[in-house]
Amino acid sequence: MKQRFTPLWLLLPAAVVLGGLFLYPMYQLGLISVLDFRQAQVSGGQPTRFVGLDNYVQLFTDPQFWSVLLATVGFAAACVVATLAVGAGLAVLLTRISRVPRLLLSLAAMAAWAVPAVSGSTVWLFLFDTDLGFVNQLLGTEGFNWMYDRYSAFALVGAVVVWSSFPFVMVTLYAGIEAISRSVLEAAALDGASTWRTFWQIMVPMLRPVLAVVVIQSIIWDFKIFTQIYVMTRGGGLAGQNLTLNVYAYQQAFASSEYGLGSAIGVVMMLILLAVTVLYLRTLRRSGEPL
Amino acid sequence: MKLRLATAAALALTLTACAPSTSTPRTAPSDGGARTGTLKVWLFDEPNRAPKEKVVNEAVAEFTAAHQDTKVDIAYIAVDTRSERFKGAFNDPASAPDVVEYGNTDLPEYAAAGGLADVGPAVTAWSEGADLSPDAKSSATYEGTLLGVPWYVGVRALYYRTDIFQELGLKVPTSIAELTTAARTVRAKKPELFGVAVGGKYTYAAMPFVWDAGGDITSLNSAQSRAGLKAYTDLIADNNCPPQQCADLTGGKTVDLFASGKAAMGILGNFNRAAVDAGAAKGKYAVVPLPGSKPGSIAPAFAGGNNLGIMKNSQRPALAADFLTLLAGKKYQSEMYDAMGNLPTLKSASAVVAAKDKFVEPFITTISNGTKFVPLDPGWGKIDASAVLPTMIEKVATGKSTVEQATDEAAKQVDAALTK
Repeated sequence: MKQRFTPLWLLLPAAVVLGGLFLYPMYQLGLISVLDFRQAQVSGGQPTRFVGLDNYVQLFTDPQFWSVLLATVGFAAACVVATLAVGAGLAVLLTRISRVPRLLLSLAAMAAWAVPAVSGSTVWLFLFDTDLGFVNQLLGTEGFNWMYDRYSAFALVGAVVVWSSFPFVMVTLYAGIEAISRSVLEAAALDGASTWRTFWQIMVPMLRPVLAVVVIQSIIWDFKIFTQIYVMTRGGGLAGQNLTLNVYAYQQAFASSEYGLGSAIGVVMMLILLAVTVLYLRTLRRSGEPL
Repeated sequence: MKLRLATAAALALTLTACAPSTSTPRTAPSDGGARTGTLKVWLFDEPNRAPKEKVVNEAVAEFTAAHQDTKVDIAYIAVDTRSERFKGAFNDPASAPDVVEYGNTDLPEYAAAGGLADVGPAVTAWSEGADLSPDAKSSATYEGTLLGVPWYVGVRALYYRTDIFQELGLKVPTSIAELTTAARTVRAKKPELFGVAVGGKYTYAAMPFVWDAGGDITSLNSAQSRAGLKAYTDLIADNNCPPQQCADLTGGKTVDLFASGKAAMGILGNFNRAAVDAGAAKGKYAVVPLPGSKPGSIAPAFAGGNNLGIMKNSQRPALAADFLTLLAGKKYQSEMYDAMGNLPTLKSASAVVAAKDKFVEPFITTISNGTKFVPLDPGWGKIDASAVLPTMIEKVATGKSTVEQATDEAAKQVDAALTK
């Protein structure tokens, strides 16, 4: 009997922390999403009302929500792919170069990682400024507004997102690659495997657990992107063309104190991310690699 | 087994016990509260606060000299985060101030939250209360209750470069058509300049065109509103201010453009004078009221400004009213003009200011011609936060939608927000 409870007791501290930090806020989020809960209700001016799924209905019948959702998924997917490509490429590069360049590259990456998102976005915005920006002067395209076209604006913001999130991918994968036993790589080389083949058939399968973490992290980060879009496109771009879900939630809900609606958007985002994560973990499991 | 049950029960209990928190407002003492003690006052912080602080300190000195055993504790709050501060104050009565300065467009939201006290009786009892203009009073009235005393207003008018107008032989525009022609002439003759700096995010420059045409925010898809919007968006074109550069300009950016000499005209406020004088346009500009479509008419301006109010939670409402009426009185209103360039709301103070400074004349003319205001409805906050009007202007200016489509869409959003 005593034996059976031991795991429970051992889990308790973690459960308390997780419960307090995650479950309770999640419960509140779900609860508020079914209430008519605005500033007037928070400060007690009007009574709180249960409205059932009204907030969700309002959200799902708003055509803008769907177009924003689509843009967010596309933008996040592109950012994840680009971040992984850049991060993985540079991680491999790090294992190939000598000490000094490695140190310099690491330092540069760390610096990009350490820059607060708001400052980073603002600096990039200066560089790409319509009239006074360095990039426009360099290219001789003064007066070209990078934020005017929807795709050039998304591309620029995407570049900043990749710039600020590739170091995490790079460092994690670098650590993973370094942990691969030399003898395995040597054996592959002796068997005549090309670099490309070694990467895809030896390194990637061995890095699978690390890659899983990196991919899920990137998906979650990029799906929830807020600061870069908010700062660089001044709250969603020309006529809202660059809105992503988080900025949309902020604009529609929190800035206008519609906490009920905002919570509903939060719940929807959480479910999407949960679904993506579960699906990804399942496909990994199915391919036979225990995590 | 027992343990698992107990855990489940405890969990269930905590879950049901936690509804989202709602605060209970304190009721104000009916006798007006204590006449002594510390009065907490929140005023807006400004980029250059020293002159404002000086005037306020003078008022505080006068107040504490007249009221024994009182202290006035002034806090300057950041404008950007005012909304959070106010929400916090409504939610936590214990740390709330007594007298507050707030933006008049924020009024409905605060009023609906039940945070502001009725100052009607205090204004009626105040000797200078009758001197408030009806336009100003109505901008501080929510559902029939006066919830603040307009402290100052700001309006926009047409700034133009006298040197450029003289060089090109242009006349000062007296109608929107003349304004448009003058702007295009400037752009054609001096392609490095914008005729009139206008922006897609500059709602308060666009609305006068709509109001002048007989439209309003609550009827954006009416024929009148559409005509007004078209008159404005026609200016965001290659022959004046190309969409590539102007479609996403904010009001602040157009100020920069005019001040730095990149635009021959700009729709700027009386409060932008210092910024213009700090730029290349200094000494080379004049101001006239923004013309309407009929020759010689004036387009109604948006009367933005700040009110002074008393918090419902205040434990010293009588003392708070005394301080409020002192600070909002003629003396300190005209001193605030000298210090900050804020236009007074009391007619007597306006007269003093106009007699002293010729610069304010076009602005006072604009005000006395009648001003307009955003809908006094808590839904306005939502319309503003979700950028309904800028989105509408930008869609038309960039050619993404026709005037009809954009206004229909915006009207739908406005209706949804206002009827909630």
